[in-house]
Amino acid sequence: MDRKEILNELKKVLTPYTEDKAMVDGITEETDLIKDLKINSANLVDIIIDAEAQYDIEIDFDAAEKMYNVGNCIDVIAEKLNKHA
Amino acid sequence: MSDRRVVITGLGVVAPNGNNIPDFLQAIQNGVSGIKHYPEYEDLKFNCQVGGFPEFEWEDLRNYISETSLYGLKGKGIAFGIKAALDAWTDAGNEIVSEQVLLDTGCVFGSSVADTDVIKNAIYRVDAHESKKLGSRVVEQIMNSGVTAYISGRLGLGNKVINNSAACATGTQSIIMGYEYIKYGMAKRMLVGSCEFVDRYVFGGFDSMRVLSRKYNDQAERASRPMSASAGGFVPGSGAGALMLEEMEYALARGAKIYGEVLGGSTNSGGQRNGGTMTAPSSEGVIRCIREAITDSGISADDIDLVCGHLTATMADKWEIQNWIQALGRSGDNFPLVNSLKSMVGHSLSAAGSIETVAAVLQLKYNFAHPNLNLEDPMPEILDAIGANNLPVTKVNTQIDVIAKANFGFGDVNACLILSKFN
Repeated sequence: MDRKEILNELKKVLTPYTEDKAMVDGITEETDLIKDLKINSANLVDIIIDAEAQYDIEIDFDAAEKMYNVGNCIDVIAEKLNKHA
Repeated sequence: MSDRRVVITGLGVVAPNGNNIPDFLQAIQNGVSGIKHYPEYEDLKFNCQVGGFPEFEWEDLRNYISETSLYGLKGKGIAFGIKAALDAWTDAGNEIVSEQVLLDTGCVFGSSVADTDVIKNAIYRVDAHESKKLGSRVVEQIMNSGVTAYISGRLGLGNKVINNSAACATGTQSIIMGYEYIKYGMAKRMLVGSCEFVDRYVFGGFDSMRVLSRKYNDQAERASRPMSASAGGFVPGSGAGALMLEEMEYALARGAKIYGEVLGGSTNSGGQRNGGTMTAPSSEGVIRCIREAITDSGISADDIDLVCGHLTATMADKWEIQNWIQALGRSGDNFPLVNSLKSMVGHSLSAAGSIETVAAVLQLKYNFAHPNLNLEDPMPEILDAIGANNLPVTKVNTQIDVIAKANFGFGDVNACLILSKFN
């Protein structure tokens, strides 16, 4: 899965957690989950759990802490997917 | 002490026989039962296989809370509470969206048991070594204050925000607490009420105690029979009721519509002494509670037109009536009209007091006493003590100026409210 494909899948994961659905459509690697998408910080945990299910990977605590913008999320997911493969 | 008066300016309800005030009003006027047979309880081998559950559409909550808040919400008691509370809020003429913190406004909303379906899911996951997958939404829904947290967060309430819990007396007690905060000048407005979702696990506990109706499983609408000689236990219910209470001057200044006044109230305990136990109220405590409520209201017992009792459809109903007779010093034809909403909706534990108080306020406002369903055969002790004229089996249209509403809960806790027309 390349970064663009991961980003497209990530949109599905993020959608339930933000009121601003239009913003999700337009996300880039620079989009900040809390500041730009106005996601409740407690929900980052739920996003990680959903991402694990979506990509069939395991995200450890250290990796999860890096997932605050879309680019970081893709980094973590891409790394885990590659290990997986 | 102060002379601040407390008026009721908004109502909300989620009941087995109506999910909004107009439907609920029509149901209680016409004696519409919300009790149904549920095959699930037959499968579970419960003795009691009937219940009163609101026909609640989960999707309706989209109009009340944000989509992100709704996503992941599973607690039904919380959901009932949100709907009833926000309906009372808007019924009082308020808008739901507010940017500020409302410092003059608080919330006392009660419940008994946090949603055990949510708890069950947490238990399964943890026991399967999957605690990592629980997510962020479990804690807020298994904490008892979950319902007040959702309500006060949605409205920005900055005064006292309290979840009370006093078994079947909870809803009446929440209203008394809100009334007292306004009366003593601590708040201008209090959103009060209670909610309960009696799920299979709580239902099972009561079923095992053999205090539930079991002889009318094939005739659900006949199953809840308060004060009847053939009453054989209560029917579990679920739902929520809510009231907007306001300091009178505050309500008048904004030109609010006023349903009635909370004249007074009392909540106490029999102390589990002198006949009072974990599950049975002490008569002395009940009588003292009713008398304290009357004293607090500054009325005479003779002013009461209607008693909206606790009256669950167990053998205790006849003792409850005896307690009212002693507390009021009235009997025979001199006794007020008496009715039990549980004949239509069953007993929704913590939600009972608030749903029944909403019904009481509507009877006050529209001058009627709702019928007691299934009262073809009053208990002889009740009939002898207060006569048949005070036990309406059809709607009675009559001037209702003052109502006494009481509930009595496990742990020997009591709560009694006195409501009146607003003059």
